[in-house]
Amino acid sequence: MSHHVIDFNELYYVYPDGKQAVNGVSFRIHHGESVGIVGANGAGKSTLLMLLVGILLPTKGEIRVGEIPVAKKTLPVIRQRIGLAFQNPDDQLFMTTVYDDVAFGPRNYQLSEPEVEKRVMKTLDTVGIGHLKDRAPYKLSGGEKRAAAIAAVLSMDPDILVIDEPTAALDPKSRRRLINLLKGFTHTKIIATHDLDLVLEICDRTIVIKEGRIVSDDSPVKILADAGLMEQCGLETPLTIQNCPVCGSPAHRRTQ
Amino acid sequence: MSNIKDSIFKMRFLDETAEKRTPVHDLHPLAKLLVTIAYLITVVSYGKYEISKILPLVFYPVVILFLAEIPPLPMLKRTLLAMPLVVGIGVFNPVFDREIITVLFGLPVSGGWTSFLSLLLKCGLTVLSVLLLVATTGMEKISFALRMLFVPRIFVLQLLLTYRFTSVLLEEAASIWNAYILRSPFARGISCKAWGPLLGQMLMRTFDRAQRVYQAMVLRGFNGEYNTGSARQLLLKDFLYFASWAAFFAIARYYNIPLFIGSIMTGVGK
Repeated sequence: MSHHVIDFNELYYVYPDGKQAVNGVSFRIHHGESVGIVGANGAGKSTLLMLLVGILLPTKGEIRVGEIPVAKKTLPVIRQRIGLAFQNPDDQLFMTTVYDDVAFGPRNYQLSEPEVEKRVMKTLDTVGIGHLKDRAPYKLSGGEKRAAAIAAVLSMDPDILVIDEPTAALDPKSRRRLINLLKGFTHTKIIATHDLDLVLEICDRTIVIKEGRIVSDDSPVKILADAGLMEQCGLETPLTIQNCPVCGSPAHRRTQ
Repeated sequence: MSNIKDSIFKMRFLDETAEKRTPVHDLHPLAKLLVTIAYLITVVSYGKYEISKILPLVFYPVVILFLAEIPPLPMLKRTLLAMPLVVGIGVFNPVFDREIITVLFGLPVSGGWTSFLSLLLKCGLTVLSVLLLVATTGMEKISFALRMLFVPRIFVLQLLLTYRFTSVLLEEAASIWNAYILRSPFARGISCKAWGPLLGQMLMRTFDRAQRVYQAMVLRGFNGEYNTGSARQLLLKDFLYFASWAAFFAIARYYNIPLFIGSIMTGVGK
């Protein structure tokens, strides 16, 4: 399964305005891993994701997806393997119906129309919005839009699912639905988020980024319970492992 | 700022109407596109004084509005949007062309007024027919039909992306307006001092947004060809639709139908 391994090797990226967004990042993600990338605003999470799918190309260093380096020539193959769901689903949904939007990717890969239909319906059912296929994307609720954006990515049948801020602007129920959905995926998952409770639930590995550098890379429980580290990186321990704000009892006792 | 919000709603109105399922919507996009082109050519081919000959062509939009179950009022309002331009072009006709060419109900009508009215009528009918094409077919399927007619890919793409970009621009304009007006409760509009920064902001934000939309497209395999799915095969009904409208347009073009009907009625009266 080496073809699903992702290697970030000594990666640097400087924006045209001189901002050093990624500053010597190296790590490896294995097949089937769920990795949460966390960090304060401007830490470099989204830049890292954009480098992974080749929207930005590194100033120095390289990314390899399996044996293939992310470079201009290899982008079509890389982008078929990696599905990126944007932070704002409105940027991603531009067709007039949910069906056409989800079908956009498969059609670009020249699949026959019956095959496109099969894939679209399967994907819509997977994310539970089959009944919305004829709706206009801008008429959907936040949660439905997010599900449609994920469906649009899944319809390309990627090996690796990359999601930027999946729970941003979602109400608690939509958030819960999305978490359950993501839990069900067996893809390699890379999730950049501020929602540390989500990381705790879904991910089996957490990478903390600060000022474009990796500060820590370990299991979510170890990292997210480290109040000092969280504080240092502009984050705070997830609510689920904080003491009860009313009685002050520790989280583990509340869950018993 | 209901104007901008209205405009967004109006743009989407056409997209939404295009999703209906009626006998007209179910026709092949190519048949509808060819009928529209034939209609446009017929309408503009009339001479500048031939108002009565154009009148039978009103039949086409009326039939389509009815069969496609499209509310006429919003369509007519959109048609009126193009009118100021034509009024600007034709407003001097009555001034320069004062020769009396006919007498209507005892009133002498000059060539200038006749040509001005004919210009308005032609503009109204052509704009309405194109709006009807969009409202019964949708931009994606129209592009598909254009590609079938071997219109170069770059033009079709330009058309589609401009159409999409317009809504992005309007959305950004609406959010900038909201941000401005919520902090300027007594302002009756945007102060001219703020026009520069606001327009600059809007342009930059629109570029950013358009860039993100484009990136989303590229990430899903977009390579310059806007694949909107293959349309079904052309069927007999599509050919019949085109042939019958083309025949009607040809008859309306070469025979003066109102005169013909008038003469029949007068004949019956006798």
